[in-house]
Amino acid sequence: MLFSLYRTVFGPTVLDRLIGVNAIGSKTVVLLLLIGFLYERIDMFVDIALAYAFLNFVAVLAASRYFHKRKGLYEESFMD
Amino acid sequence: MDILVVLLLVTGMVFFLGASVGIIRMPGFYCRLHPAGKLDTLGILSMVMGLALYNLHHFSLESLLLSIKMFLIVFFVFLASPTATHSIVDAGMRAGLRHWTQKKRKG
Repeated sequence: MLFSLYRTVFGPTVLDRLIGVNAIGSKTVVLLLLIGFLYERIDMFVDIALAYAFLNFVAVLAASRYFHKRKGLYEESFMD
Repeated sequence: MDILVVLLLVTGMVFFLGASVGIIRMPGFYCRLHPAGKLDTLGILSMVMGLALYNLHHFSLESLLLSIKMFLIVFFVFLASPTATHSIVDAGMRAGLRHWTQKKRKG
């Protein structure tokens, strides 16, 4: 998780940060299930994990649609 | 049963670790996207499958329902995660992000 956080914070382009956020979100789903097993309340936490997966998907989709047509956001590696 | 659960969890952990190292170490943007996609599908598949099998230890109708819900998570992630990855690639292509080639100045 810390590795993905590194990519999120220091990523050279905006879409690199988006990759990091997506990876962290999909790890958090598993982490929520593990927390549910630890607290013996898995019946509640499985719903939370499902909702979190859905929210992560919608967030990444919306962000990548938002950055569709924006040139000039990236500091390096442009196509000429 | 226990051995299978441990095997699935360890496989998922290996996928998570490998994908994190790949996200850090890969040279280009599209290269970095590849381990991220692997992490989403394969890591979540094996870890949630292992947790669902572990949940079936004390077998009852309730735990069976919970395991079915976990399979629902796996199913949803299998639909959603390639869509999200493809959407990120699409954004990168349309914004004109150049892909990494061997003969750029650093490796």
